Order: sequence, then C-alpha cells, then structure tokens
Amino acid sequence: MTIKYTKEHEWLRVEGNIGTVGISDYAQEQLGDIVFVELPEITKKIIKSDTVAVVESVKAASEIYAPVGGEICEVNQALEDNPEKVNAAAMDGGWFFKLEINNIDDLDDLMDEATYKEYVEGLE
Amino acid sequence: MSDNNNQALKQTPLHALHLQHGGKMVAFAGYELPVHYQEGIIAEHLHTRKEAGLFDVSHMGQLILRGDNVAAALETLVAGDIQQLAADKLRYTVLTNDNGGIIDDLIVTNHASHLHLVVNASRKELDYNHIASKLQGRCTLEERHDRALLALQGPAAAAVMARMAPACRHILFMTAQPLKVAGVPCLVSRSGYSGEDGYEISVPADDVEHVARLFLGEPEVKPIGLGARDTLRLEAGLCLYGNDINETTTPVEAGLSWTVSRRRRAEGGFPGADVIVAQISDGVKRKRVGLRIAGKAPVRAQAEVMDNDSNIIGEVTSGGYGPSVGGPVAMGYVDVADAQPGSEIKFMVRGKLLPGRVEKLPFVKHRYVTR
Repeated sequence: MTIKYTKEHEWLRVEGNIGTVGISDYAQEQLGDIVFVELPEITKKIIKSDTVAVVESVKAASEIYAPVGGEICEVNQALEDNPEKVNAAAMDGGWFFKLEINNIDDLDDLMDEATYKEYVEGLE
Repeated sequence: MSDNNNQALKQTPLHALHLQHGGKMVAFAGYELPVHYQEGIIAEHLHTRKEAGLFDVSHMGQLILRGDNVAAALETLVAGDIQQLAADKLRYTVLTNDNGGIIDDLIVTNHASHLHLVVNASRKELDYNHIASKLQGRCTLEERHDRALLALQGPAAAAVMARMAPACRHILFMTAQPLKVAGVPCLVSRSGYSGEDGYEISVPADDVEHVARLFLGEPEVKPIGLGARDTLRLEAGLCLYGNDINETTTPVEAGLSWTVSRRRRAEGGFPGADVIVAQISDGVKRKRVGLRIAGKAPVRAQAEVMDNDSNIIGEVTSGGYGPSVGGPVAMGYVDVADAQPGSEIKFMVRGKLLPGRVEKLPFVKHRYVTR
C-alpha cells in the first residue's frame, strides 16, 4: 500500500477509496509526549486541508489537516484511552481516522516516501 | 537557533552539556534552553518525583544587594519581612507596584553582609533597573554574571547531596549553606520549584559544567528540561510570573497574602501597601484557584472559565497535563463567589464547554523537609 505525505506531516494510505490518516514519526517526535487526541465525528464531511483533528502534547495543541477530502467513516477509538500510541506507533497503530475519499485528484500534490524523507531532512 | 527577531539567543554555561544529552533546545526568556532531553517531559517529570532531577536554571538572575540597613532598604520595594529574616534563611517574596500588583516574585537569602536575590529570567533586567534606581545612593546592586544556578529536586536529592558534598549539614527547607561541592565553593539552599525536597545550588559559572557532570554521574540523577519544570510547578500549585501573577494581580488575589507578615501589614512601607492591606481586610473580587478538568483534554492559559449558566467567571492562567496527576490540571482566577473548592465550572475550549471544578492547591502534596 503506497503511502503519501503532506507538508504538515500527515500520512495517508489508500485502499480502494478508503484513506487512513495519521501523523508521521517525525511529527510525533517534534510534538513530544501526546496526552490527548480530539477526533472528528463519523460521517463528518471534510475538504482537503480542513482541520480535522487536534493533537495535544504536554506543551501545546496542534491541528491535523485533511490530506484529501471525503467523509469520515472510522476513528481510532484506542487513542481516547491511550493517546501515547501516537508516539509509540505513529505510522500504524497510532492512526487517527479513515475516510471515504471523494476526489482522488486531491492526492496529486502529496509527497511520496522518498520526497517526504528529503523534505524532512531539509527541515532539520 | 534564533528567535523570530533574529536576535541571537543567550546560552548558559551548560549549553554544550545540554546538546550532549540530547536536549531539544528552544527559546525561553531570551535563552536557548532544553525543553526536554531524550526521555521526554512526562518521563523527566515522573523521574523527578521518584528519584532526583537536575535542572539548569542559570538563566535566572542572581543579584547581590549591599548597603547599610540593606534589609530595611529592600523592604521599601517588597511586601515580605526581610528585616527579621535570620542569617542563612531564604524568603519567597514579591516586588510590588503602586497598585499592589506584582512586578516579580523572587527568593531573598540573608547572607549577613548582603542579600542574595534570585529573580525570574524574563524580569531580571526590569527588576535590576527598578531596584537599582529606587535604592540608588542607599544600596549597591550587582548582577552576578559569573555565577550559574542548578536545581536538584526529588526525594533522592538529599542522599545525592550528602554524597556530593560530605560537609553538607542537614539544613531544613528555606535555609542556605555555603558548601564545597567537588571542591568548588557553592551556595546551596534547600529550596526549589517542584514541590519536592531538593536544593538550588549557585555555582561559579566556570565550574558549573564540571559540577553538573558530577551530579549527573550519580545513579539517581537525570537531566530535566523546562517542560517538566513547568509540569512539576503546576502540579505543586506554584505561580509562574507572566502567567499566574503579573503587574495587574495583587498578592492577595494570587493567594500569596501569607508573604505579607503581620508587621508589614501593620506598618506598610512598600508600594501598593494600602491596596493590599485593604484587600486582606475587606476581601478580593477574584482569586487564584486550582482547576480540575473532568475529561482528558488539557485546558490552557487564556481559556475562559464559565459557571453553569455560561456566565464568564474567570480565566485560566496556567494549564496543561499533570503527569503525576495523570490528567489535565490548571490554575486561574475565578470570581470569589465561585472560588470555593468543589464549585462546578466549565471551560471554553475550541468552541466547546468542558466540565470541571475548582480544586484546592496543590494538586500534588508538597514534600518539603521542614523538620
């Protein structure tokens, strides 16, 4: 399953028309210990770049933006009791939400793995 | 790393040590300091309450005030009792303005020949100018740029100090002792900003890296960053200048009336004394209180506090996650009618009203060694 990234460090994996969204390992490390995640409501309709979720670290709140537009169909309930999962498993178990993608063209400007890696190296 | 204005950040003498220990450096009060090291804020906080943490607080201002009747002179600027502060004793007090507001909170130590003041980094330049100009001709004020400051906090701190400085006497909380630590002449006080037992150690800047490395070599000691310093003091109910106290808050509103002794209430003689004394006798309109959040979402500074009818009754001044509490905690000012512990309140966070209640401070019991 190919993975795509945004400049704001969200990742997206697409299977059929369902996208799973999380934040990158780089992002969780920058944020530090995560203590709370505010997830969207299921059936919420979002457009690309909308603020969809909020992740609270010890020091501050950060917004999570939609890499693509669609309708929220599932959220990661495990994060309610264990927000630290985002730190421990940002790239898989720490996923935030799934959505039914409504416009596949939204993926066009997302970065692939190699491009994102270069992008992050440029930030450090 | 520089701030938005491209003004170079100052570094403390422990800068290289912070980098070596994997410190994540951020800008704070014009200094480059570690917000945490490799383990992160929660682990560092918990370690401090379990064993011992070493903090670099060299950014704070260390000021020496000398003169005839220096204690009486300083009393013209602070609300606390300095004249009756015994030699080698420390006192927490506040510099006040003419409205009874707080210019800064500070620790004063009586060293007989002089007073040693430790002030907040964000206020030290202002404090220096204020004190020096007000006491001009009466006292001399010197900032000790040649001294660094370490804090060793936690239940294991005393055992570590006994090993690091065998001549260490069993001094009680808020007492100072000049002491050689690894042969380096330091000033050690049993005090801190975590609610735990511990020490603050004034070390010559040229020797502080050596001393810090020795402390870090002790099995119980880990380096702790500013992030955990903040979560520790928040759980301990201690004020952060600029957040919980400022020039518009009086010590009475801030729950710091205890810093104004009976004699000072009777005699006054400090800026805003009339306002403060009136508030002590007549009461205040708002009070600093502890705030417990019912859910898991942190509530941060500047969030509005509302009553059950959605009237705004206050504002959060400090808030975040408390690792020892295991959930979000906050402090803020609330209208006195709603300030009783147990009062049900709501916080406005991202357009939603989150339930909570007023709670007595501290959230985590202090463990000062007072006897």
